[in-house]
Amino acid sequence: MQVPRIKSESLITGLIKVFGYSAILFVVLIFYFLISEGFPAITEVSFSEFLKTRWYPIEDYFGILPLLVGSLVVTVGALIIAVPIGLLTAIYIAEVASPQTKEILKPLVELLGGFPSVVLGFLGLLILSQYVRQILALPTGLSALTGALLLAGIAIPSIVSISEDALDTVPKSYRDASLALGATEWQTIWWVTLPAAKSGVLTAIMLGIGRAIGETMVVLMVTGNAPMMPTGLSTLINPTRTMTATIAAEMGEVANGSTHYHVLFFIGIVLFIITLIINVFASTFVFRRKKRSERILS
Amino acid sequence: MFNSNRNLLPDCSNSLIAKKSVAIIIWMQSKVIQLLILIVLVTTACSPRTGDDETSLADSNESINNVGSDTMVNLALACAEQYQMDNPQSNLSVSGGGSGTGIASLINKTTDLANASRKIKSEEIVNAQANGIEPVEFIVARDAIAVIVNPNNPISQLTLQQLSDIYSGKINNWQELGGEDRPIVRLSRETNSGTHVYFLEQVLRLGDKNDKTLFSTDTLLLPSSEVIGAEIRSNPNAIGYDGLGYVTPDMKVVAVTASQLGDPDFIYPSSETVNDGTYPIARDLYMYTAGEPVGFVKKYIGWIYTPQAQEIVSDLGFVPILAK
Repeated sequence: MQVPRIKSESLITGLIKVFGYSAILFVVLIFYFLISEGFPAITEVSFSEFLKTRWYPIEDYFGILPLLVGSLVVTVGALIIAVPIGLLTAIYIAEVASPQTKEILKPLVELLGGFPSVVLGFLGLLILSQYVRQILALPTGLSALTGALLLAGIAIPSIVSISEDALDTVPKSYRDASLALGATEWQTIWWVTLPAAKSGVLTAIMLGIGRAIGETMVVLMVTGNAPMMPTGLSTLINPTRTMTATIAAEMGEVANGSTHYHVLFFIGIVLFIITLIINVFASTFVFRRKKRSERILS
Repeated sequence: MFNSNRNLLPDCSNSLIAKKSVAIIIWMQSKVIQLLILIVLVTTACSPRTGDDETSLADSNESINNVGSDTMVNLALACAEQYQMDNPQSNLSVSGGGSGTGIASLINKTTDLANASRKIKSEEIVNAQANGIEPVEFIVARDAIAVIVNPNNPISQLTLQQLSDIYSGKINNWQELGGEDRPIVRLSRETNSGTHVYFLEQVLRLGDKNDKTLFSTDTLLLPSSEVIGAEIRSNPNAIGYDGLGYVTPDMKVVAVTASQLGDPDFIYPSSETVNDGTYPIARDLYMYTAGEPVGFVKKYIGWIYTPQAQEIVSDLGFVPILAK
């Protein structure tokens, strides 16, 4: 980049640089705060205690495994539902729908994404859980499945918005070339357009994962908050307790500086690390340097 | 990414652009100054009420912060509202969060009064003393824990031992109690709730301090009484417990007995059965202060023992303290 010679330019450049770096600063500060409040948990409670399977903090049972499993089950369940539906919706809106349909559908999907999650949780509690219980003949509708369904509902608008934008930016020449070579419309979409928009679609899915794993109010109201260990295939239809709901429900009652307080921050660290791993994993895919052949031919 | 066409922008007159940008900057500066003046005026207008004491101690400033039990939050709110109507210069704020939250706030010195639906624990007393606080206990009302089931459930009476077995996971089907062939879904409050702790100690462990029985892992820990109510009303498999003040007519209350022998009397919870001691799962509702109360806090607690306040207690479904 050229060095700007006008003084106001360098001032603005400097200001923007400060704001840009401040984002890194905030992340570092948050991480530092989490570590300083959560690390004493490792010294106060032996690490093997965390790997136990019972979470009952008021009697000093600090087994985190049921919470970890709970978060994972609900997130994976949400993704299994959200990714296919979201991706196919995005493909429909971007590639197949007529312009009039597109004009109606896109704002509607974004509207769905604007729903406050506590309203969705409340509706899930009163309505969805009853249907889940009756249709699947379960003891109770407050289960991981209901949570996964609602989380999918929250993740789908994010996935659709960003995937649709990514598919839109694929140059028309790609599609024209593929069709000219004799491919059908679906073959073009699946084998040419989608791979070309791969980085955007992956970003969309990562965003969906991030929203699902960090969602608190919905899972607090709808999963039953029972810290159970998985029992094979029925894990999805049993009640479960996520890490986020645990922190939300219990943070109010802890005395500042007590062991329970430190353990809750430790759970926060675990959540942070999981999100970090997902993002790093995504970045290695998204920002992969183009192969030499791709750079020459593009 | 960088458009190679950017060098082909039309060559505008520099002075025109300069004049326009100067005009915009002056306009913005005046707007910024206007905004600053507005902010200063608003913040100086929001000064504290005159006529109050100058000291910053909460209890000489006729304002009280009241935090804690969700069981007691409606009661505390109603009392606060009534007191503020009678004494307009007072200022009481009430919030819930659970008995554990209230006592933790008292220890952290962020509240004047902690509401608790369970007795303060010994660890909490130790924590308080470590922070220089000596908690003082006041029993302001009494409460019954009602065991509730779905209205379509045929079961009408249970012994405490059966309740303990249900909640610890030993009994899993209503059939074992003489009901329909349905799995039992156990509902409970969260661990920060005094109601939860009371139920753990008095029902699951039957009052035995050395018992280490816990709730079964598939007990649903629901965040509020309303969520428990919603599930009880719609799920025929469910059993739950909550303060008597939170039981609505569309739930079925189960009669309970403590004894196991012969043909015991199963008792329904009510003011009378709590005060004469026949209902086995009844408890005291407490307010805790940091040290002996002085000033306004003392006045407020004194007011709570008057017949006017105790009438509010019974209006809300709790049991008033008889003449003290």
